[in-house]
Parts: sequence; structure tokens; C-alpha cells
Amino acid sequence: MEHILLRHRDIAEFNTLNVYKKNDGFAAYKNAVTKMTPTEVTQVVKDSGLRGRGGAGFPTGMKWSFIDNKNWPHYIVANADESEPGTFKDREIMEGNPFQFLEGLAIACYAVGANVAYIYLRGEFWELAAFLDEKIAEMEKEGYLGDKLFGGEYSLRMYTHLGAGAYICGEETAMLESLEGKRGQPRVRPPFPPSYGLYGKPTVINNVETFANVPPILARGANWYKSLGTADSAGVKVFSLSGRVRKPGNYELPFGTTFRELIYTYGGGVQDSRSVKAIMPAGASSSLILVNDEKVLDTPMDYASVRTIGGDLGSASVIVIDDTVPIDWLVNKTVHFFNHESCGKCTPCREGTYWMSNITERIREGRGVAGDVDLLLNVAKQMQGKCLCALGEFSTMAVVTGIERFPEDFKKAVSKA
Amino acid sequence: MSLAKKYPKEIKQILSKYPLEHKRSAVMPLLYLAQREEGYLTKAAMQDVAQIVDITETEVVAIVGFYTLYHEEKGGKYRMQVCTDLPCALRGADEFMNSLCANLGIKVGETTGDGFVTLEAVTCLAACDKAPMFQTQGPDGIKYHENMTVDRTMELISILKRSVREVK
Amino acid sequence: MSKQVTLTIDGIQVTVPEGIVVADAAKMVGIDIPVFCHHPKLEPVGMCRMCLVEIGRPVRDRATGEFVMENGAPKIQFMPKLETACTNKVEEGMVVLTQTEKSREGQKSTVEFLLTSHPLDCPVCDKGGECPLQNLTMAHGPGKSRFIYDEKLRLGKHVPLGNLIVLDQERCIQCARCIRFQNEIVGDAVIDFDDRGRGTKIVSFSDPGFDSVFSGNTTDICPVGALTTRDFRFEARPWELDAQASICTQCPVGCNTTLNTRREPRAGGDITVQRVMPRQNEEVNEIWICDKGRFAYHYAESKKRLSRPMIREDGKLVNSSWDAATKLAADRFLEAKKDFAVLVSGRLSNEDLFTVKMLVDRSEGTGYLYSRMGGGEMTSLVGMSGGSNFANMGRGTTIVVVASDLYEEAPIWYLRVKQAADRGATLIVLNARETKLDRYSSYVVRYAYGDEMKSVQDLSRKTKIGDAFTQAENAVILFGSDGLGIAGSAGLASACATVLQDSGHAGKPNNGLIGVWERANDQGAWEIGFKVEENLAEVLQGRTVYIIGADPVSDDPNLAKALEGAAFVVVQDVMETATTEIADVVLPAQAFTERDGTFTSGERRVQRFYPAVPVTGEAKPDYAITSQIASHMGVTLEGTSVSVLFDGLATSVKSFEGLSYARLAEVRPQWPIVGRGDMYYGGTTYENKHGMGAQLSAAATRGETVDIPQIDKEAAPRPKEKELLAVPITRLYDRGTTVMMSADLLRDRIGGATIALHPDAAQNLGVEEGQLVNVSFDGVSGDAVVKLDDTIPVGVALIPRSMGLAIREPVPANVRPQR
Repeated sequence: MEHILLRHRDIAEFNTLNVYKKNDGFAAYKNAVTKMTPTEVTQVVKDSGLRGRGGAGFPTGMKWSFIDNKNWPHYIVANADESEPGTFKDREIMEGNPFQFLEGLAIACYAVGANVAYIYLRGEFWELAAFLDEKIAEMEKEGYLGDKLFGGEYSLRMYTHLGAGAYICGEETAMLESLEGKRGQPRVRPPFPPSYGLYGKPTVINNVETFANVPPILARGANWYKSLGTADSAGVKVFSLSGRVRKPGNYELPFGTTFRELIYTYGGGVQDSRSVKAIMPAGASSSLILVNDEKVLDTPMDYASVRTIGGDLGSASVIVIDDTVPIDWLVNKTVHFFNHESCGKCTPCREGTYWMSNITERIREGRGVAGDVDLLLNVAKQMQGKCLCALGEFSTMAVVTGIERFPEDFKKAVSKA
Repeated sequence: MSLAKKYPKEIKQILSKYPLEHKRSAVMPLLYLAQREEGYLTKAAMQDVAQIVDITETEVVAIVGFYTLYHEEKGGKYRMQVCTDLPCALRGADEFMNSLCANLGIKVGETTGDGFVTLEAVTCLAACDKAPMFQTQGPDGIKYHENMTVDRTMELISILKRSVREVK
Repeated sequence: MSKQVTLTIDGIQVTVPEGIVVADAAKMVGIDIPVFCHHPKLEPVGMCRMCLVEIGRPVRDRATGEFVMENGAPKIQFMPKLETACTNKVEEGMVVLTQTEKSREGQKSTVEFLLTSHPLDCPVCDKGGECPLQNLTMAHGPGKSRFIYDEKLRLGKHVPLGNLIVLDQERCIQCARCIRFQNEIVGDAVIDFDDRGRGTKIVSFSDPGFDSVFSGNTTDICPVGALTTRDFRFEARPWELDAQASICTQCPVGCNTTLNTRREPRAGGDITVQRVMPRQNEEVNEIWICDKGRFAYHYAESKKRLSRPMIREDGKLVNSSWDAATKLAADRFLEAKKDFAVLVSGRLSNEDLFTVKMLVDRSEGTGYLYSRMGGGEMTSLVGMSGGSNFANMGRGTTIVVVASDLYEEAPIWYLRVKQAADRGATLIVLNARETKLDRYSSYVVRYAYGDEMKSVQDLSRKTKIGDAFTQAENAVILFGSDGLGIAGSAGLASACATVLQDSGHAGKPNNGLIGVWERANDQGAWEIGFKVEENLAEVLQGRTVYIIGADPVSDDPNLAKALEGAAFVVVQDVMETATTEIADVVLPAQAFTERDGTFTSGERRVQRFYPAVPVTGEAKPDYAITSQIASHMGVTLEGTSVSVLFDGLATSVKSFEGLSYARLAEVRPQWPIVGRGDMYYGGTTYENKHGMGAQLSAAATRGETVDIPQIDKEAAPRPKEKELLAVPITRLYDRGTTVMMSADLLRDRIGGATIALHPDAAQNLGVEEGQLVNVSFDGVSGDAVVKLDDTIPVGVALIPRSMGLAIREPVPANVRPQR
């Protein structure tokens, strides 16, 4: 099948401006700016059923329509902070198909009336930022960015901005704080960014992959896009497949593809032909889906279906866990990550991740006692529903589902002591 | 020499990205600039940055302390930052790290005797499909090295050493 | 009045102003929702998660916008998660549940999480007994720890953030109240969090550390024992302390304070002041005080306190009886006739000053106000009057600050003006040099020293700045003496009064002129009729002088010389000074901590202070001493009752009319509610139970003809070519004798004599930063350290007052490098 997002896999040198242009690049953007009103653009995106690809799955067109038109200027910030363990799709899109992402970003800017867009990249994407800077400069030269575009009144500039090593900056309000030159700690919401965002101005924040979807939607229409995927989850998705599979990598597939197809048809199956013990469908923030029944693997990957097997599709970063992996080891890894990345702003996350990390470390090192598993579960549950942002909640997912769904692994771990 | 005197062009370019009344936004790119030469942020450099964006030195330190890619302590010429998070660990990152330690004769967090490499374990770098992998943070910025083996890593180190010598 | 919203909290229906948060609404009706990070003076952040409650909102019909009804009542929908009461604003029909099992579980969880990293060292913690965490742990905490004690973080227990405030990193709960106070309210972002996650800790990298004159306030709002003052730490337990209402005497703001006292073993079991705390007065200082007010009180218990009357016999001061000493003074005063001169200072209370004024008026002598600043007559005419309050100023108000560095001269006014500007007031700063307030101003006019009057007169011109002033609904001018002497500041005051009168602002509440005086009650002295004398040294020559509450010999060699040539010198003061050393009669006065009385603030608010500690030796209140002298002179004056004196003042001085001593003790309801049992809400500041004071009337408010004397000559000299004009400025921490010399804690911040020069001027003189130079002018010569400052004009040198170089007014100076 022809790629919609990972088009660079089909067309050589797709990340050069000429090749991109030759393949109808920027046509949707030019058409939007010269022939459509911003409201019309937003409506097409709304009608397409496109949902945010960062993990929350919020309807994109609806987000754009929330922007406060009584308060100016407006900003768009592209979330290129890709930091979730298991997620590596935005990097490939930006490296392989940068112009489609930038074109989508430009269309979004036009739709919400933003004249400035920032691309917030995680600090580790240092080389990628320089690469995008070049692409932006080329677009300026070609008249796709700058003042009075396409002979009209619309002006647009884009800038990259590098983070410096903080997972929390992927949270949209923390990202705004960071972009304002502050410590990247999430803000209290409401107010939400579309009314109070960057510099206190209305701001739309979308993920890189979300923007990359926009040019094909405008070019080929909302109905075409809706025809892909499922009723609940329209379109295609880049699935990041990692863990114990033979061919890890990104796979662009329609929503509704099953885990089995992803793992076996595309991913080449499990390493050493072991069997799948668990799946984390949304990176380290995921619940651990128990694969005790082969039928679980036949679950279609869309937002609604994954919920029926006790998980969330989120960013579709599928980590495959085989039967050699002890879950207490895995939970120690995820808790260590969240403890390291907790920003420290709110009490339950700051103290809870630290406490959980103490207990999982203890269990992992064979110093744990039977009561520790209950305590760990209890601390995780005590955090749930009380944190300022989603990070704290995320940190508990693998802990709670790990202990509840794989009790034997923990029993074994503490019996060593 | 102050940062402003040394890099007037770069500073101007960085400041131009942000609205005039929000020049504080420039603090992070300026810190990268200030870290370029020594590989860490000296007190004088942080004072310079504070002055350029008109915030206090304490506020600059607070920002530096929050983000892991800024360093307040001198490290090796290159910081070798190996991802040991879950997806990489599922693909042998911990074992890779252990052999690397053995080959370099240092523990995680330590610097080689010649002051060239500081070995660090870091959280996810968004390259889960290409583990084992690490990034180097050094005078030439941040670079990814994917699908690595210990042999290839040792080779990389000697290449880096040669290139540094050549520049000298 | 703002729009009201009705909601239900724990079954109680309450109506509160729109826009406030749920935690505050609950507080208004007496329901305490526990909080740590929330503080009613700070922006909501929702960090600590202590105030988690269940919040339900009425469901509205999407089409009509009306409430959906269910069983005759609006249908309420609760969110699945608990919500923070400190960030959610009240809404019509909202239902808040703070005591349900779910809410209590949330609160209990937060306390447990906080305690996992807390050392639980209450028995040795200074905050113990007035600690929100301790109190909330008792109320909500678990009985037993589930965290392994040995795995607790071990962090710094005594980390100095500066030389005034010490941080205990283990006790800190990362609520950021201190950081937010410094950032939002003060604008001195000199403390912040370093690191992140569980490693988050407060740091300061300013030089000196925690470089803010408001730092002490952070210890009041710290909800744990993390921040303590060097002054109070390890000194006493809160429950041992008594509390007495007082007024700060360090500047003309008149901050309301509480003096905490205790019997002190180190003082031989005497009752001494253990600490100075803010006392709420939302019309004056809110719940804040500056560090000078908090830490500089120790002089009252100095070893140099005078405790017995003394007279000079055979060239030596010897102890005497009150009767003999006052008789001797009275006899000499009578003999002196027209040569009787009285010098009073703003350290004295209104009652003291009124008593002296009556004595002067009934003798042939003259009274002088000992001050380096003029212009007080103008404030009696068009000063602030009843109903004025900076807290009510915002959009529509224009505040002008001229020739004053409020941050250094009257810190709480700086805070109040800054906050008014934050609320939208137009701030115009007129000064010859940069000051901290510039950052918050709409307009800054940088005039040349000497152009002070002109810059004020320009406010009535048809310019953008002129319009901002003349067209404002309300206008306030604060004038100081930056770079000015007595004549200069008097001229400036008259220019200010003129523009206020011409623009029609004078005479209305929230309008008028404020003098940024040197001392707490200079305003009272002006109101009672004392005036300053420009050529004081000349007029004192050869006279019989009665000096009350002043130390001219230390302050100025010219005055010292004049007093050497005086016929007879009587000095009445609280401490030994260079002036008491040359006195013929020394009369020991009680410190303000030992007696009662009233002060008039620069905003012309009369406020009462109360005795807190026992009297030192035989010291008497100033008014009683004066009255005793008067009786020997055949003049009968009230000498025992402050209230009688005050009520006498209220009938004889027009601006005091209508006030009574009793009325000054009235309190009005204030928001936020602070100082009660729940320290976790507002901090350890004290509730005001002893009076919020009352403002004087001004001639303009009484509808009298306001006749402003026009001063045509230039306010001050300008630097001439090839000449270095030394100008006086004021620093907060100076060496004023009765004020700072006993404040060991502040000694580092006081430093020595300095002279600030533009780098070009320094180059011309061949001197460098930090170099010691000799400065000489007008009979004064001394050493000072050079400070370079490229924001000041080339032709001037700034010399701080009361720092060793006796500068009274702008004067050409010679600067020579030492060695």
C-alpha cells in the first residue's frame, strides 16, 4: 500500500524541496491560503475525524475551533518533544518527510490565524533541529513562508526551539513554560492553551504526526480520510513497534489493524520465537495488557477496541514483552523513568514516584518482603486521580496493571528475600 | 570575554526568534551557546545569559538545574549517554552498558582517566527500534549513534580522539 | 460591588464575590479547607494537592443554557476525580464537599506523601507550635509511617540562603510560597528551585545571597520549618511568647507589627523582644514588613541604653535625680529666653511632639524639626486624607514617584506602588538615576540633578505623560530627597503640591502628596507645626539647646562644632550617643517598646503603639520628661496620660480634628483572614486586634483655601563643568545611630561609606572600582570606597546619607585617591 505519512519510503529524496514539490507538495497549503477561509479549513479537518496523534486522541479540528478569537496574536506550537519510551515516529517523519509536516503546520497556522509557529523539539534532536532550520529557510526562499504569502495578506514565520532533556515538556502546558524560558512545569488547567497559551495568548498545540496528516486530508478530502481506519478512529497511524520483536520500527497502517498483524506480519514475529506475554500499546505510560489468550492479539488497534482489553492506544507505541521478561523488572524500569522525569511540582507525583522507585528497587534487588507488593500497589493507587498533570497518573499504570495482572512475577521476586 | 562580546551574531539570531518583550524565551538556546566551549556552564556564563535576557542569575541556575542536557560540572570532552530505558533494555541495552563499562574501565557516571569520555545512563532518546544506542554530547553538539556494538563504540571513540587532535 | 455567586459548601449555602477560588470562599464562611501552597495573596498554582475536594456543578441544558432540574433541584454532576479548591473558581450553583470519605482520603494521602520525605523533627523545630504541617498532620495525617525511615532523603539542615534566612532542605515541602512571594509580589526573583522531582530544592545565587529587603516575610508564609530567620532560630518556642501590638519606627510607612516577648535567661530573666512580626493592616502594610523593620529592633535593649538622668559636674557626667536634672534644665531654658532652642526628631510620638510644641509656644524659644528634608507644610495642605488606601489603586490612578528610591527608603511603599501598577495603575517615575521601580513604570523621566522641580512642573503640560497625570481619575505623588537638601526638597514639594492643586486632584481620597521622610513620625512633627531650618549650625551657635531624639554630633561635624559653641545642651534620648557625651544634662527616655503613644505615617495615618517590655531603669516617656521640665518653668502640661494628650491634640490641631485615642483602636474586617488558629491559610502574621488607625484631614479636604507658596528658584544646584557635584541619597541599611548600630545581623548589609561615580568620572579622577578615596566638601572630609555605576550622570557623585560622610545637600566635592 502507498504511504500517506511515511511517503519518503515510497519516493526517493522526498525530503528535498524539489521532489516534494513535484509530488504535489504545498498544493494543499497554497489552495487553503488562496481559496479557502480559515473556518473552511478547520471544517474539513473536523469532518475528517482526525484525532491528535500525541496520545490523548483529542479531535484536532475541534481543538482548532476552540481558539479564542477575541484575544490576539495566536500561536501554534508543534509538539516535537517525542520522549515517551517506545515512541520514535515523529523523528522519522521529520527526517524523512519534513515538508509534509511543515506544510501541515502551515495550514494549521492559517486555520487558526497564527502568524508565528514554534516547533518545540526535544534537546536530543539537535541535528534534526538544524535540518529543519534548513528546510524552513528553503520554504522562505520559495515563498511558502514570510510576509504576504501567495500575493495575499497572510504572513507566517516558523522557528525551531530545542528543549534540553525533560520528558515533562511533552505535556503541552509544560512545553509552553519551557518555551517561555522557564522550568518546564505544567500549568494548572483550565485555562487551556486555546484561550491562554504561549505568552498568555491563544495557542494550539499538536503533535508532529497530527500536522503531517493535514496536507493529504486537504488534498484528498475529509471523506477519503474517513474511509480509512475505523468509525471511531479515522485514518492511518504510524505505529512504533519495539521490544522483543524481530523487526522493530515504524509501520504506517490504518487504524483497526490487529496487534497480531503488526507483530507478526510487519514485525516479523517475536525474537527467538518466544510467545507474547504482555503488550504496552502506548509506551511506558501504558497499562500492561495481559496476553494470556491468543485472541487478545486479534484485537484491532483503534481507540475504542484497545480499551476493551484493558489498555489505551495513546500514541500507538507498541512495546512487545515476551515470556522471558519478569514484570517486576519491567515495572522497576518504568518507575525509574517516571521518578527521573517527575518535575517535582505536585506532591503525589514528586513523592509517589520516589517512593515507588524505592520499593521496586528493593523488590528488584531481592530485598523486598511480601508486604512490599501490596504497599507498592497501594502507593500507586493513592497517587491516582490526584496529580496535577498526566505524568503522575502514567507512572502508576504499569505498576497497578503489572501487580494485578502478573501477581506471580511479584510473588516470585519477593520470595527471593 | 563575555558571551555577548564573543558571539554577537549568534545571540542576535537567537533573540530574533522571539517577541522583544519575551526575550526570556531565548534563555535555553543561549545556554546551549554558553555551554559550547567548556562543555558545561560556568558561573560567568550563567551570569552573562541572565544579563542578556534580563532575569536573575538564580533564575538561570533554576533552569539549568531542571534540564538534564545542561551541566554545571565539568565532564569528559564527550558525554556518552546510553539509553537504558525499557524498550532499549528489552534489546540488550543493560548488557551493552555493562560491557562498555568494562572496556572503558569506568562505572556509569564516571569519566575515563584521559578526561575524554564520561559515561552516562539516560532515559529514552526516541530510538527504541535501533537499540543499543547512545548519543554523544560534545563540542560538535549532540549526535545519535544507533544499532551499536561495543567494538563499534570503541572505534568511534578513537575516531573522535583523532579528530580532536587534528583540530588542535 | 462585584457580582455575587451562590454555592453550597458542605451543605451551607454561601454567597461570595465572583471570581474567587473555592478555598477562599470556604474561608469566608468559616470552613477551613487545608492548604499548603495556596496563599490568598499569591496566584493559584494547585501544586501541593492538599485542598482536594469533591466539586459538583449544575448541568446546563445545551440549548437553553438553563439548569437541568432533577427532583425539584438542579441536577449536579461531579467530576470523577477530586479537584483542587485553590484553583477552581466559584460558580453559580456549585456544590463543594470537603468532608466526604473521598475528600478526606485525598487530604490524608497528600499529608502522607509529604511526610515520606519530611524529617518529623518537630521537637527541635522553630516552627513547632505554629506549623501548618504539624497541625494538618494532627488533623489528617496517618498515625504510622509506611515509608522506611532509613530510605528518607538526607539533605542539608542548615543551608544559608543569605545571612538572614536559613533553609532546612529536609523540612521543605516544595510549595514554592517563598519563591512565588519574591517573584510575584516583590519582583526580586532571587530565590528559585534548582533540580527537579524529589531533588527539587530552594537556592539563591544572588550576591549577597537572598538579596531582597523583604526576605523575612518568606518565613511567615513558609508552611513548615524550612525557612527561619537568623534572628529567631533556636531562640524560643512560639508558645512561650507574648504578643504586643506595635508600629514599626524605621521609616514613614508605619507598618503594623507585633512584638513577641519572653523572659530571656541571657538578659538576666528580663522580658525582651524575641522577634518582630507583621500585624495585618491591609490599608498600610497588608501582612508584610521589610527586613529592616524585622531585624533592626535590637537597639531598644542595647547595653548603651540610658537608664538614669545625668548632669555634668566638673566636666563629667554624673548620675542625678529626675527632679534635680529637670530643674537644672528648666532654669537654663528660662534664663536663655530667646536663645532657648529645641530640636525634635521624628522618632518622637505625636504626644511627645505636642507637649514640646506647647512648651516652645509658651516660652520665648524656637522649635526646630531635626530633618534633612523639607516640604512638610505642603503635605498638611494637600496630603493624603481619610479613606485613602494604596490597595484600592489600580486602573484610573496615576502614581508619581519623584526623587525617591522607594525600595531603599520605604520598602513597603515600593511594594504597594508596584502592586498598584500590577493592577493597572499608571506609574510615572521621575529620577536622575535608575531605581528598582523603573521596571514597573509606564513612564520614566530621567532628569539631570537640579531639574527635579521642572520635571514635576512638566506634568501639567500637554504631553503624553502630562495627560497621564492630569487626566487621571486619582493622582498621588510621592516625593523624596534623592540628590536634594532641605531647600531642594521644599521646592520640590511646592512644585508637587501645585500640580496636584492645578489638576484638581488635591483634597480627594486616594489623591495627594506623600513625603518620603527619614523617620517614622516626621509627618506628625510637621502637622503639629515644627519646621526645618536650613542653616541649623548657624542658628544653634551660642544658644541653650534642648535636643530630643536626635544625635547631631554624630551626624554632622558642622553641627558638632555648633553645639560645642552652645551655651548649654540638654539631651533627651534612649541611648548614649556622641551628643549625650557633650551634653550638660542627659535625660533617659523610654523606647517605643516600653510605652504607648501614636505616630503619624507619611500617608497621614495616625496609629497607636503599645508597651511590650518593662521600662529600662528610670527612663520616662518623652512627653513626661518635657512636662516635668515645663512644670519647673511654671508651665503646666499633661504628663501622665497619652490619651488625654492625644485628645488635646485633636482639639488644637486642625488636621487631627475628629479623631480620638479610642477611635484609633478600631478594627475593620479584613481580607484575607489571617492569624487565627489555622496558620496554614495566611501564615504566622498576626491578626489586627489593636487598631488600624485613622487618617488626618488635609486643608484641601476641609475646603480651606490652599495657598501654596511658589518657590521660583531652582530646587537644587546642577553640576558645573569640571566640577564634581556630590549629592545625597538614602540607603535602607545605614548607620543611623538609634536604628542600626545594634543590629548585628544587618551589619554585613550596611557596609561602609561609599561614593558612586560614573565610570568616565572615575577615569577622569584616576580611580577604580573598590578603591579607597578621600572625599571632602563643605567642612567635611572622610574616606569612602568607589562604586562604579554607569546609570548615573558623569558630573555627580552619589554619597549615601548616614554612612560616615555627613552630606546634607548637593555640594561640590573633591575626590583624591588614597595612597
